[in-house]
Amino acid sequence: MSAWTGTSRLVRLALRRDRIVLPIWLVSICVLILAVVSAETGIYRDEEQRASGAAFGAANIVTRIFDGPASGTSLGAMSIVEGYLVLAIFVALMAGQAVVRHTRLEEETGRAELIGSSVVGRQARLTAALIVGVGASLIVGVGATVVLLAYGLPVGGSIAAGVSFTGVGVAFAAFAAVAAQLAVSQRGANGLVGLALGASFLLRSVGDALGHVAPGGVKLVSSWPSWLSPLGWGQQIRPYGEDHWDVALLFVGLAVVGVGGAFGLAARRDLGAGLLRDRPGPATATPGLLSSMGLAWRLQRTALLAWTVGMIAVGVPFGAVGDSANDFADSAPEFVATLERMYPGASLVDVFAAFMIGFLGVGAAGYTVQALLRMRAEEASGRLEPVLATAVGRRSWLAGHSLITAVGTCVVLGAMGLAATLGYWIASGDLGTGLGATGAGLVQIPAALALGAFVLVAFAFTPRWAPTLAWAGLATCLVVGQLGEMLELPQWALNVSPFTHAPAIPAEPFAALPLFILLVCAAGLAAVAGLRFRRRDLAIAA
Amino acid sequence: MTVTINSPIGDDAGRGAVMDMAIETRGLVKRYGSTTALDGLDLTVKTGEIHGFLGPNGAGKSTTVRILLGLLRVDAGEAHLLGGDPWHDAVALHRRLAYVPGDVNLWPTLTGGEAIDLLASLRCGVDPRLRDEMIERFQLDPRKRCSSYSKGNRQKVAIVAAFASDVELYLLDEPTSGLDPLMETVFQDVVKERVGQGRTALLSSHILAEAEALCDRVSIIREGQIVETGTLDDMRHLTRTSIHVRTERPLTGMSRLAGVHDFEAHHDGGAFEVDSEHLGAALAHLTTFGVLDLESTPPTLEDLFLRHYGDELAALSGNGGANGGTSGSGAKRGRRR
Repeated sequence: MSAWTGTSRLVRLALRRDRIVLPIWLVSICVLILAVVSAETGIYRDEEQRASGAAFGAANIVTRIFDGPASGTSLGAMSIVEGYLVLAIFVALMAGQAVVRHTRLEEETGRAELIGSSVVGRQARLTAALIVGVGASLIVGVGATVVLLAYGLPVGGSIAAGVSFTGVGVAFAAFAAVAAQLAVSQRGANGLVGLALGASFLLRSVGDALGHVAPGGVKLVSSWPSWLSPLGWGQQIRPYGEDHWDVALLFVGLAVVGVGGAFGLAARRDLGAGLLRDRPGPATATPGLLSSMGLAWRLQRTALLAWTVGMIAVGVPFGAVGDSANDFADSAPEFVATLERMYPGASLVDVFAAFMIGFLGVGAAGYTVQALLRMRAEEASGRLEPVLATAVGRRSWLAGHSLITAVGTCVVLGAMGLAATLGYWIASGDLGTGLGATGAGLVQIPAALALGAFVLVAFAFTPRWAPTLAWAGLATCLVVGQLGEMLELPQWALNVSPFTHAPAIPAEPFAALPLFILLVCAAGLAAVAGLRFRRRDLAIAA
Repeated sequence: MTVTINSPIGDDAGRGAVMDMAIETRGLVKRYGSTTALDGLDLTVKTGEIHGFLGPNGAGKSTTVRILLGLLRVDAGEAHLLGGDPWHDAVALHRRLAYVPGDVNLWPTLTGGEAIDLLASLRCGVDPRLRDEMIERFQLDPRKRCSSYSKGNRQKVAIVAAFASDVELYLLDEPTSGLDPLMETVFQDVVKERVGQGRTALLSSHILAEAEALCDRVSIIREGQIVETGTLDDMRHLTRTSIHVRTERPLTGMSRLAGVHDFEAHHDGGAFEVDSEHLGAALAHLTTFGVLDLESTPPTLEDLFLRHYGDELAALSGNGGANGGTSGSGAKRGRRR
């Protein structure tokens, strides 16, 4: 029996377990590619507009950081530059999480022990996980190429784009294989992969920010830090611009080193053990933890901190780019004309702030959804049961989590608005206009709370469906509420989203009544949810 | 063997005083969709006793405990717990009881010590002396993160959290799954101590040896109904004793005796089972053959249990199956009928 005996059976087991999640990733990514290309087609009507868009992207530090290096004026090149980072991060998460799911999670749950006791080689599990992760990356690359070809883009560039996505997937599958040997839990391993992803993003954003514009003004030459990042390599292939095939060798090299390292580590450690160990913690609890509210705060605080920092990190550049709104207007007149139709009479900077902060606000409401779903996670995992078997009432438990989420929502949206104000102030030196962004953030709060109340109702009435309903609700707000006007949807559809009802500060004047009505609706729904939760069975295990 | 407690309540015949009963349910029904988890369950637990609640997985033990905790609503029937209604008076009642679930899930980022303090204080406040004593006795390292505990250690966290409070009633739902035999003994000592101080415990289990060692009375649940309840002694009277005997002369006429079953003649004696009320007559008959040696085995809890699950067992044995999940790892092997 070799170290690889049983690999093909384990691959089949992994594919059986992933038969839902992997197709969802693959289809979503391909649809997103299509959406990006068609959006670019809509924003820029001709070569001239694309040239000014590319010149804007090459010169502006914010687009350098969030889009990457401008790579020419063709529709394909601009679409890939526009969509690459988000798509590549999705591919990296898909591949990395698949590898962790079939390695460290299996060990953590003890399933690996059961498998390991049968006729299965020592390295079979890791090999099977890598085959699944790398295979999914290959399929994403092929899918991307097919979608781009179907849209009528050139063959060479479409294949190069596919390679750039596959390469990132393979690189993060290799990172995940190493992370799964180091960490002792799935959470920890995914955290390490996330850390590698964050570092990759940071390195290439520094490299692109420090780069210089090539002669012609539509192309950015990145500085050396971009070449230290797998995300950066994918961009340096520059599909549809230059198609640098040799850059793909960097992915191959990283994969060989990473996978080899992972096999080396796996051969030297015990089943279930990791190389990173937990340090011992406190033997007794601090008084702050010893209440229902204290526990809720302990469970919620990390997410709140992460969202606040994240929204500040995104808010500052979004605010700073507001100063360039007038430059952008020259590069994408159609898009700006649509915005101006939505808010007649307002200045372009204000319209831009209202639209961008409105969009960010719905994204920040992701915090509200995630924080409230923590309650469902507590219930489903069985951790709520022993708590409710103590003298904690259902109402106070629900109220504790809801209160923390409500205050947290105010903090996240307020911080996002202030950060955007700060960004605008730094970029333009005009604090007065910039304060509009803070207002734009704050008026989203009642809408986010109304969405939160919907999540509470879903949790109280259909606990098992709560996560699906909650995220679908957020997606609806994002697509229907924020993009619906551009998609020319009817008004009743737009009205489904609570965010539609918040005044579009600073492009519109402040109005208290809609905010008040949103708050009343939120309170009413929350009360109904509270009554129902007190009367229903606990629904343990998903 | 059975621990006998001088309970102030002598008989079941209702004096009507609810407070003498720590737990009293009548006709509990709980349905999940088309499956009926509880089908008219009557359970009484007297104040001051350890009551064994026995049945295989899926018989309805956990559902019953969750109803008693007010975590699930009943579809029909009524339940009284410490003189209150488990659903409506949940918070007030929970100050007076402690619960150990069979499948303990803890917060991965908290340490064991933090989880113990948290659960005990949410109940009625933590007694640091009791807490430290329990951590010491169960040999738990409270500084480890809950994510790194094994199943047995997670179970210990829940047990320590429960016994760190001095409460009137302990609801123990398969509390020792995953504990090693040493810790199992510590657990039994702790339960006996608390009940010795006048506390009450409901011990749901499928480990019959544990129930036999601890319980004053037991109730056997099958398919959502209590099929037998009483003290082990009472229940033994209803069943047969196994006799192995060596005699000077070959045994004759045994099969004709009333109450004697499954007689096997050996060259120097024999083996048989006899109904408890005919034991005296059978012994008198034996003495006429010159008894050299006699071994009598009272029915074990497993025998009692198998009276109610024998048909399932027979169905399983037909396929070469094991013991139908009726006996745990430590259960004594009794002679089966």
